[in-house]
Amino acid sequence: MKPAPFAYAAPETLEEAIALKADGGDDALALAGGQSLIPLLALRLASPALLVDLNGIEGLTSIRREDGWLRVGAMTRHRDVEEAGELEQVPIFSDALPLIGHRAIRNRGTVGGSIAHADPAAEWPGLALALDATVEAVGPREERSITAEDFFVAPFTNALEPDELVREIRFRLPGPGSGSAFVEHSRRHGDFALVGAAAVVHVGTDGVVSTARISLIGVGGTAVRARDGERSLEGGSLTDADVEAAAAACRAAVDPPNSVHGSSRYRRHLVGVLVGRALRLARDRARAA
Amino acid sequence: MSAIEITVEVNGDSIVGRTEPRTTLADFLREEVGLTGTHLGCEHGVCGACTVLLDGRSVRSCLVLAVQAAGHSVRTVEGLAGPDGGLHALQEALSEFHGLQCGFCTPGILMTAVELLEERPRPDEREVRKALTGNLCRCTGYVNIVKAVLVAADRMQEA
Amino acid sequence: MPEVMPRLAEARHVGTRLRRREDARLVTGRAQHVGDLRLPGIVHASIVRSPFAHARIVSIDAAAARGAPGVLGVYTASDLDGRVDPMVESAREDLSARLAELVDLEVRSLPMPVLATDRVRWLGQPVAVVVATDPYLAEDAATLVEVDYAPLPAIASADAALELGALVLHPELPDNVHARLRVTAGDVDRALAEADHRVRERFEMGRQISNAIEPRGVLASVDNGVLTIRATNNKPHLVRTFVSRMLRLPADRVRFVSPDMGGSFGGGVFPEDVLIPFLAYDLGRPVRWLEDRRENLLATSHGRDQVHEVEIGFRDDGTVVAVRDAFTMDAGAYNTYALTVPYNTVAHLRSQYRIDDFSVEGTVVLTTKAPAVPVRGAGRPEATFVIERSMDLVAHELGMDRAEVRRRNLIRPGEMPYDMGIVYRDTVPMRYEAADFPAQLEAALEEFDYEGWLERQREARARGRRIGIGIAAFIEGSGHGPFEGAIVRIDESGHVTLISGARPHGQGHETVLSQVVADQLGVRPDDVDVRAGDTGLLAYGRGSFASRTAVMAGNAAAIAAARLREKVLRVAARVVGADPEELRIEDGCVRWPGHPDVEMDLRRVAAVAAPGPRSGVGAGEQPGLEETAYFVPPTATFASGTHLVAVEVDPDTGGVRVLDYVTVDECGTVLNPTIVEGQVHGGVAHGIGNALLEEAVYDEDGQLLTTTYMDYLLPTAMDVPSIRVGHQAFPSDRNPLGAKGVGEGGAVAAPAAIVSAVEDALGSSQARLTRIPVTPERIVDAISAAGGAATDGPTRGEAAT
Repeated sequence: MKPAPFAYAAPETLEEAIALKADGGDDALALAGGQSLIPLLALRLASPALLVDLNGIEGLTSIRREDGWLRVGAMTRHRDVEEAGELEQVPIFSDALPLIGHRAIRNRGTVGGSIAHADPAAEWPGLALALDATVEAVGPREERSITAEDFFVAPFTNALEPDELVREIRFRLPGPGSGSAFVEHSRRHGDFALVGAAAVVHVGTDGVVSTARISLIGVGGTAVRARDGERSLEGGSLTDADVEAAAAACRAAVDPPNSVHGSSRYRRHLVGVLVGRALRLARDRARAA
Repeated sequence: MSAIEITVEVNGDSIVGRTEPRTTLADFLREEVGLTGTHLGCEHGVCGACTVLLDGRSVRSCLVLAVQAAGHSVRTVEGLAGPDGGLHALQEALSEFHGLQCGFCTPGILMTAVELLEERPRPDEREVRKALTGNLCRCTGYVNIVKAVLVAADRMQEA
Repeated sequence: MPEVMPRLAEARHVGTRLRRREDARLVTGRAQHVGDLRLPGIVHASIVRSPFAHARIVSIDAAAARGAPGVLGVYTASDLDGRVDPMVESAREDLSARLAELVDLEVRSLPMPVLATDRVRWLGQPVAVVVATDPYLAEDAATLVEVDYAPLPAIASADAALELGALVLHPELPDNVHARLRVTAGDVDRALAEADHRVRERFEMGRQISNAIEPRGVLASVDNGVLTIRATNNKPHLVRTFVSRMLRLPADRVRFVSPDMGGSFGGGVFPEDVLIPFLAYDLGRPVRWLEDRRENLLATSHGRDQVHEVEIGFRDDGTVVAVRDAFTMDAGAYNTYALTVPYNTVAHLRSQYRIDDFSVEGTVVLTTKAPAVPVRGAGRPEATFVIERSMDLVAHELGMDRAEVRRRNLIRPGEMPYDMGIVYRDTVPMRYEAADFPAQLEAALEEFDYEGWLERQREARARGRRIGIGIAAFIEGSGHGPFEGAIVRIDESGHVTLISGARPHGQGHETVLSQVVADQLGVRPDDVDVRAGDTGLLAYGRGSFASRTAVMAGNAAAIAAARLREKVLRVAARVVGADPEELRIEDGCVRWPGHPDVEMDLRRVAAVAAPGPRSGVGAGEQPGLEETAYFVPPTATFASGTHLVAVEVDPDTGGVRVLDYVTVDECGTVLNPTIVEGQVHGGVAHGIGNALLEEAVYDEDGQLLTTTYMDYLLPTAMDVPSIRVGHQAFPSDRNPLGAKGVGEGGAVAAPAAIVSAVEDALGSSQARLTRIPVTPERIVDAISAAGGAATDGPTRGEAAT
C-alpha cells in the first residue's frame, strides 16, 4: 500500500501555499496532519499530482479565547486543544477530544485538517455545528468566513474553492448558565463514531432554556444540526420528558446510511439514545454551573 | 519522482539520507536508515506497529512522510536501550512478564508506553489500557503487556 | 506407541517459567522478519488481483506495465503454463484413504491455479505479478496492467451456492459442493424420539480472518543452486514439497528457512508461496513479496463461516440424550484443506459431554469468497459454540442453572477413557484420556466466584444495569500427527544443538524446546541452541499449527535428546569402565556417583565419539553424537478447559464490556507455565474479537466490504480484561512428555462463553443470540424482538466505557 508518486512542496508562508494550491487546482492537495489524507494516498484512493505540505507555515497553530469565541489555528494539533488550559471549563471539548482516534493520531492530526476533510463521522464537524463555528478561508481572493453549516457540503466535500485553504476556525464558547456535552457510540474506543451527538444548552436562572444546539455525526452525508430537536427544547426546562421529545425529534429527522457497522435503523436508534444522553449531561452541567 | 536529500536526527544521531516525497517515514527508517525495528502491520494508521516518537511525541510513522521529518528528531525502538546495551525498564519488564509473543507489535507498544510514562509516570491499569488501545496485538491478549507497563512504571519511579 | 521409547529423565527445566531467549532480539528491534532481510540484488513483486468475485478473463495487456520504470517482468498464467503446476489441496494426503472406509465422506478434486487462467473465481485472486527494482515502483506498475474482465454473477453465499439451479463455480464439478461427510454414533433417531424434549436451533458463525499482525511475506532466492524460501509460513516442509512438486525440482534443491514470524493463527500453502520462488528461479535474482493489509484481508486465512441446524433431545432432568446436526461451511472458491476443519467440527461437537446418540452431516460449499483455511481453532470454536449454546438452551427451557446443566452432562472421571463412538480424523477411535471435567468446572466456578457474580448480577439488575455471566467448556484435540522430527547433536566443542521441525511464530519454541532438551541431556537450557523450521537441516518435518508443537516437536526433541543421552553415557561408560546405568550427566559433565574423580565434559565425550579408527562408539554404532527422532503419536491428545466470563451490556446502544474472565485449562504436562498462560490469554482475546467485533462481510456482488482495519475490527486493550488462568493437569499417556496442546483452546471456548454472557445479560427478555459476531446492533435487535428493553425510562447503563 504505497502512495502513487506526487510532487511535494513545503511552503513557508500561507501566500506561497495558496499560490501552489491555485496553480495545481484539483490536482493539488493540502497536507495538514496527514492522518486522514495519507491513508487515502496509501490506498490510492487519492493520487494528487502535488502535495502542498502546510506543516512548515508559521502562525497557523494557536488557541485563543477572544470575545466569547475560541479561535483555533488550522494547523493546531488535536492534542494541543485537548491539553489547552483554556478549555478546562468547556466540557464539550474535554468530552470530544479524547475520542478522536488515539494519542498518536491526536499528536499529528489537526483541527483544520479534520474540518476540511469533512468526514461525516468525525468529531470536529459535530463540534463546529454545535458551537456555531465559522471557518476562515484564505485564497487568492479576499478572505472569507464560511459558517459551519455552509462548510460541510457532502461526504468528504467542503465549500472551499480549489485554491482556498482553512486558516482558522472560530467556535462560539458557551456562555454563563450553559451546559455542553459530547457523546458518541463507536465499536471500539478510538474508532470513528457510528453516531455522535453534541449538545449545548443555555439555561437561565429560571431554569428555562434560552438556546439549544444539537448536532449529530454519523447520520448522513455530513454532520448536521438537529433543528427540530433544538426548537423543541427552547422555552422549556429540560425535563426528562423534554429530553425524550427532543431525542425523538432528532431521530425522526435523520435518514442515516447503511454500512457494515450499523444499519440505518440502528443508527437512527442510536441518535435517540445519544441525544438523550448528551442533553441530560449538558443539563446536569448547566445546573451545576 | 525525484530523490531528495534529508537530514533527520534518529536516536540521537544525525542521519543524512535520500528519499522521495511519497516515501513514508516508516519506510525511510527501515530501508534508508536500516533500522528495521519499526514494523509495518497495516500501512493505514490503525495497528500502531509503526509507532515512533517524533520530537518526543508518538506518531504512526506510516502516516508521516519521510520528508516531513527533515530537521526533526525521531526515536525508535532501537534507541531505547542504553549506550551500554542495558535495556530500558519497559523492555526489561515486557520480557520479564511475557508481554510479547511474536514481537511484531512490540516496538510500537514500547514507543507508545515510553510516551505514556513520560507524561503519566504512575498510570493506573485503566490509563495503561486506554493508552495502548491504538496498538493492536493478536498474540498476548494484552494481559501481560499491561502488567509489564505497570511494573516498569513503578521501577522507573523508584530509580 | 509403535517404537521403543527411551526413558525420559526427570523434569528440572520443563515446568519452570524460564524467561524467553527470543525476547532479547524482539524487544530491541533486532528481529529478522522476512521484510527485514537484506539480500544483494533483491527485487520486489506486486500482485495484480481480481476486482471481481467472478469473471472471465478476456485479455491481459501488460505492455504499459512492462515499460514502466524499474520493471523487470510481468507474469501471467500463460507464463507459468507448463512450468508451474496447479496447487492440489494440501490436506489431501493427510486425509487417509482409510478414513473414507470408516466414514461416509467425499472430497472432490479441485486444483487451484497459482495465477488465474481463464477465469477469476474470487475477489482478490492473483491474476498477474509485476517484478520491479523497488516495491513502490512494483505497485505503480501493477496498476498499469490492463485486465479485460467479463463479469459473471457472484455466488456470494453458501445458501446461494446450494440453491437448485445455482450457477456452478467450477464447471468440472456437478455443483458447488466440494466435500461432505456424515458421522454418526449410536441411534440418534431413537434417542430423539425417546427424549422428553426436543429443541431446534440455527447457529451461525460469520466469516473471520486470522489477522496476524505481520502480513504475509515471501522472499525467494537461488543460493548455490538451491531455491531458498524465507517466508511467513508455518509449514516449512509442506511449502518445500509444494514448490518442489509444482516447479518440478528435486526436493533437496528447494529449501525453506524460517525467519522471525509475526504470528500466524491459521494458514496453509498460498499461491504466493509458490509464485515467488518461481519468479526467483526464473529471474535468477532474489525476489520478495510483502503482502499489505488490504491484500491480507482480501486473500489470507479466512475461516469460520459455518451455519448449523441442530436438534437436541434432552430429558426433564437436563441430560442431553441426542444431538443431530447438519452444517455447511463456506470454503470460498477453493477448499485447500479438504475435511480438516469440518471434521474437527464433527469431532468436537459433543465436547466434554456424554452424548452417545449423535449424527452430524457437514457440507463444504464453494462460493466466490476467498479460499478458507484453518483459522485458530479450525472448526472447534464453531462446534463449541453450537454445543455450549445448546446447553444454555436446555437450561433455559428447563429453568435450570446453566452450570448445573453442564454438571449433569459432563463425562465423569470414573468413565475415562471414554469412547466417543466415532473415529478421530486420524482414523483412530476417538477416546478421551484421563480427565476430570466436573472438577474442572467446579474449579472454574470457584476461581470465578460464580456465586459472587450471581449476587452482583442481582444487585446490578435492581439498579437497571445488565450484567451477564457466561460459561463454556471445551475439548481440544491436539498434538496432531502424523509425525514431527528432531535432531539433537553435540558438536566437537561439546555444544548442544536441537534441530526441530517446529516453526515458531510467537510461542517461544526456542526457549521451551531448549528446556526439554536440557532435561534429557543434563545441560542448561542456555547451552542448547535451537534451530527450527529449516528444511535444509531436517529431512522431514511438519511445522507448528493445530496446537501440536509441545506434543509433537516437544516429544521428538525429548526422544532424540534422551537417546543421545544414552549414547553419551554408553561412550563415557566405556572410557571410565562403568555401567552406563551408573552414570549421570549434570551441568554438561558425565559423572559417576561415588567416584568424584570421574568427570568427563561433553567436549571430551564428543572427541571420543568422533569418527576415526579409534572412535569410542560401540560396534555397529555411528560415530559422532547425534540422534534423529521422528515422533509418531498413537492418536491425538485431548486437552480441555472451562471458561467463565462476566460482561455488562448497555441495552440502549448494545455495547458490551467484558468485566472479568477466568479459565481453568488442562493441557497435560506444562512445559513452561508462563508461555502456556500467554497462549490462553491470546486465545481468549481472539475469541472475544470473534464474538463481538470481527466479521469479513461480503455483499451480494461478492465484494468484500471489510478491507481495512477501519472495518475489520480486532480487539484492543480496552476490549480484553485481565484473564485469570487456572490449571488442572492430567499428563497424557499418549506421549512420553505427557503433554497436550494449548495454543488454540482459548479461542475455542471464548466465543461461546461471551455470547452466553451477553444473552444472560439480556435476561428475562428471552433474546436468543445464535449468531457470531454479536454486534451492538444485533443485541439491540434481539432486545426489541423479545419485546423491548426490560427497563423503563433512561437506564443507568450509561457507564463510562
